[in-house]
Amino acid sequence: MARKLTVEQLIPVNGNDQPIIQASNLTREVETGGERLTILQDINLQVSAGESIAVVGASGSGKSTLLGLLAGLDVPTRGTVFLDGEDIFKLDEDERASLRGRLLGFMFQSFQLLPSLTALENVMLPLELSGADNARDVAHNWLARVGLEKRVRHYPRQLSGGEQQRVAIARAFVTHPKMLFADEPTGNLDATTGAQIIDLMFQINREQGTTLVLVTHDKSLSARCSRVIELVAGRAVD
Amino acid sequence: MNMIRLSLRMLLRDWRAGELYILTLALVIAVSSVATVSFFSDRVQKALVLESNQLLGGDLLITSDNPVPPSYAEHANQIGLRTTHLAKFPSMVSFGDNSLLTSIKAVAPGYPLRGELKLTNPPTEENVAQSVRIAQGIPKPGTVWVGEKVIDALKVTLGDKVEVGAAELTVVSIVESEPDHSVGFVSMNPRLLMNEKDLAATRLIQPGSRISYQLLVAGEEPQVKEFRYWIKDRLSPGERVVSIQEARPEIRSALDRAGKFLNLAALASVVVAAAAIALAIRRFIQRHLDGCAVMRCLGATESDLLRLYSYYFIVLGLVASLSGCVLAVLTQEFLSYWLEELIGVTLPLPSSLPAIQGMLTGMVLLLGFALPPLLNLRQVPALRVIRRDLELVNMHSLAGYGFGVGILSILFIWKAGSFKLGIMIMLGFLLAVIFFGLFGWLLIRLFLLTRSPGSGPWSYGLANIRRRAIPSLVQATALGLGLMALLTLTLTRNDLLQDWQARLPENAPNRFLVNVQPDQQEKLMVFFDGYAIPRPKVFPMVRGRLLKINDRAVSLEDYPDPRAKQLINREFNLSWTDTLQADNEIVAGHWWREEAVSSEHELSMEEGFAETLGLKLGDRLSFYTGGGSFSATITSLRTVDWDTFHVNFFAVVRPGLLDNYPASYITSFYLPPDKIHIMQELTRIFPNFLVIDVASVIERVQSMIGQVTHAIEFVFLFTLLAGFAVMYAAIASTQDERIYEAAIFRTLGAKKQQLARAWAVEFAVLGALAGSFAAAGASVLGYLIGKYALHITYSPSPWIGVIGILVSVIGVTAFGLIGTRVTLSQPPLQVLRK
Ligand SMILES: Nc1ncnc2c1ncn2[C@@H]1O[C@H](COP(=O)(O)OP(=O)(O)OP(=O)(O)O)[C@@H](O)[C@H]1O
Ligand SMILES: [Mg+2]
Repeated sequence: MARKLTVEQLIPVNGNDQPIIQASNLTREVETGGERLTILQDINLQVSAGESIAVVGASGSGKSTLLGLLAGLDVPTRGTVFLDGEDIFKLDEDERASLRGRLLGFMFQSFQLLPSLTALENVMLPLELSGADNARDVAHNWLARVGLEKRVRHYPRQLSGGEQQRVAIARAFVTHPKMLFADEPTGNLDATTGAQIIDLMFQINREQGTTLVLVTHDKSLSARCSRVIELVAGRAVD
Repeated sequence: MNMIRLSLRMLLRDWRAGELYILTLALVIAVSSVATVSFFSDRVQKALVLESNQLLGGDLLITSDNPVPPSYAEHANQIGLRTTHLAKFPSMVSFGDNSLLTSIKAVAPGYPLRGELKLTNPPTEENVAQSVRIAQGIPKPGTVWVGEKVIDALKVTLGDKVEVGAAELTVVSIVESEPDHSVGFVSMNPRLLMNEKDLAATRLIQPGSRISYQLLVAGEEPQVKEFRYWIKDRLSPGERVVSIQEARPEIRSALDRAGKFLNLAALASVVVAAAAIALAIRRFIQRHLDGCAVMRCLGATESDLLRLYSYYFIVLGLVASLSGCVLAVLTQEFLSYWLEELIGVTLPLPSSLPAIQGMLTGMVLLLGFALPPLLNLRQVPALRVIRRDLELVNMHSLAGYGFGVGILSILFIWKAGSFKLGIMIMLGFLLAVIFFGLFGWLLIRLFLLTRSPGSGPWSYGLANIRRRAIPSLVQATALGLGLMALLTLTLTRNDLLQDWQARLPENAPNRFLVNVQPDQQEKLMVFFDGYAIPRPKVFPMVRGRLLKINDRAVSLEDYPDPRAKQLINREFNLSWTDTLQADNEIVAGHWWREEAVSSEHELSMEEGFAETLGLKLGDRLSFYTGGGSFSATITSLRTVDWDTFHVNFFAVVRPGLLDNYPASYITSFYLPPDKIHIMQELTRIFPNFLVIDVASVIERVQSMIGQVTHAIEFVFLFTLLAGFAVMYAAIASTQDERIYEAAIFRTLGAKKQQLARAWAVEFAVLGALAGSFAAAGASVLGYLIGKYALHITYSPSPWIGVIGILVSVIGVTAFGLIGTRVTLSQPPLQVLRK
């Protein structure tokens, strides 16, 4: 049976050379008031395992849109995304969900903790969803790791923004994800607290060897990443 | 994945966080009101049946022309029923030279199985007031208890021996009243009660003597039913089963109506609670949107979320329904205790069916209204974690609510016990929802157009409604629905009670006089005048035997139905009148027509009677009366309102037709209790009169109405409670937005007062909207229910609109402001940081 081989398939597979994130011609158009608006155009991106990428750009340039597509939270108008070798838009929504559960961790500007769950329970949630049995202990260890062992029983509203984002860090890393997607994780924090959070995030990221995709406005933050991608009106510029 | 554990944990967390209070509250109210109403009406209805069975002396009565086969009583005893038997016959009783035709009842131990036999002492010099006591047991062999009339007519005193047939029996007591005194209007005064052991000695039991044998049966309802079923096919000709419903149609209609109303009331609380639950679910979904998005983000699949929330709601439903049932058991116990105190009746224990009904109601309500939105919830886009504006696609899908409504309909048909009534109510509410929705949408569009430029509380309040168009619509519709149920209940309740009272006023006729001769009419009127009793209407009556139907001779063999046989066998009472009585209604054919050809005589027949005998319009009937025979054609069928206790006839003809036949007259009148003594005088002056005393029947019906009134008042309270839950849920459903909005407004410098005023306007407008929906809906629904279900004429009053809107505006505004007060006094930062 003759089969066409692509260029990628001819390159010898060798752990680090295989990009863990690969986006090709990623385009997102939206329909507003009968008008077609291209909010993201022909993005091509390859990220190797362990790399850290900063996505920067003006407000409204399409950073969150790109992040959402890379993480499979949204579907593109055109283009493909491979995560760890898997073509995620060939999967259905549920398969993407379990892939996210297996491979990805998230941090958001507005923390996105469940208000009715305690800090501990929030961290336990991804473990419980994936059916781990020692969720409580693991989650507890992670909260200790981010310096919140005294606050495990507190509800999000009883925590400061910085503390909430620490809980979010613990929740993001608790499943040992291969990739971490963070959308302006310091956007709601003051400079000092933001810096502390970022330090913590990079530290754990290094230890775990996690690939990081970080959306930020902050120049000093993007400087700490191995690569910066700048978006202008939905296009990547070098 | 251990979803059950996770959902239990989430449930507990949400409960602790106070997320579920409103939903649970609505559910508990729904379940406990349904179950309490069912428990309670179950008990009250059982009590009412028992109560009315006293009029029969038992729960069932088997009458026969021959001694009742002992196998009947044996079987009844076997399945745990109590029995006794008796024989009734007319005979002469004499004392010295005086003798009197007396109605004799020979009873066996156990009589009466239901109700009480009351004895009285003769008034003495020192003790003028007669003292009434309840008889213990029956007359001992060799003794008799007699009615006062026997004492008067025969001039006997206690201790004298009277002759009954060949036996000499001692009079030892005076009977004041017997429970089964007036069944079937055959009670002929005077009366004598003897022990059946003396029956043989009287030698009155002989072939051909007119004796009616009766077997009385009483016990628990299921066994009575079972017995009834058992005996149905075993009855031989001449035997008949009678229960109170058949014996006294007026009691049956009172019971029917009471039952229907209680059920309607229960259903009304279900509708109200359903509205509350739908609202609470809406809020629940809103609060869980973010959580679902995050869980989708963290890897939960759709089916994970569906299972998670299914377990969640099943557990919540079970716990809430169970608590509702427990609450219902407690409430109904308290209620029954209170009612027993009030009316002096011991209520029988309820069956467990209401608990099952309550549980089912709770689960069906919760799942019916929660599942459809939940099916949407699992589709929440994960992208919502980044883009907050992504809402659920069809949060208010009609299909979703349609499912809940469909489930409710099934519940309704089941609870209303009638497909027609259930469907009618459901369709009514459905149409109401559609109408409310459309009309409300139009009104809100109107507000949109009339954008006022001002900045006072009015324009802010209206702007709020505009902004929250859909939630406002949902709120107003749910509130309107709840209020509509309340109003409908109030309206029909009052009409029902008034109607009952109008049917049976204090001075409803309680004595019938039969066998009044034509020349006695005037004398009778003068007699009434003498005692200041208003002259009653007198009806002529000719007795006739039905000979032929359409020229075919009537034969008993043609009528397998024992009741029909009995009717054919008896003489008909024919009457004439030129106007239709007020409590009669023509249902087929027409009343006397001017142009009618006199060669063919017209006859009007009571509908049920015609049905029993298989008669229809156009049938030609031939009668034989004392003075010859005549024929007439059925030209109309009438319904008769038997519960009015007025004189009514099965067959009526036009005046003139019966002029040449011997007629007697019949009348009914109200005898006030303080004039009882005039009856002695009356029977003395008119010894030929047959007096029928229905005072005890009327008293029973009146006291039943009293009991039902209390029950209704209470059931009503529950619906009211459910109404409050709806209000609460409605206000709470926009609470989150309001809290947030208040914080922002106050950060921008708005004063508490300003916000409160704007909200007051918003609530008042919502209230007015809901109130006018409710008033319009209730008027229509009340009319329909009155007409088709309760058979009373209901005339909507303009006050409903005024009261409905007023109550709604005040209620919603007050509730709304109280509910949001906390919001207003919180420092903005605390709110915003949430
Ligand atoms: N579904 C949508 N419909 C219409 N417009 C959209 C949609 N999604 C995104 N946009 C628009 O696309 C543009 C890019 O949005 P995006 O959220 O990616 O910007 P961003 O770079 O993250 O901005 P910020 O730094 O403010 O977060 C914006 O102008 C936004 O309004
Ligand atoms: Mg963004």
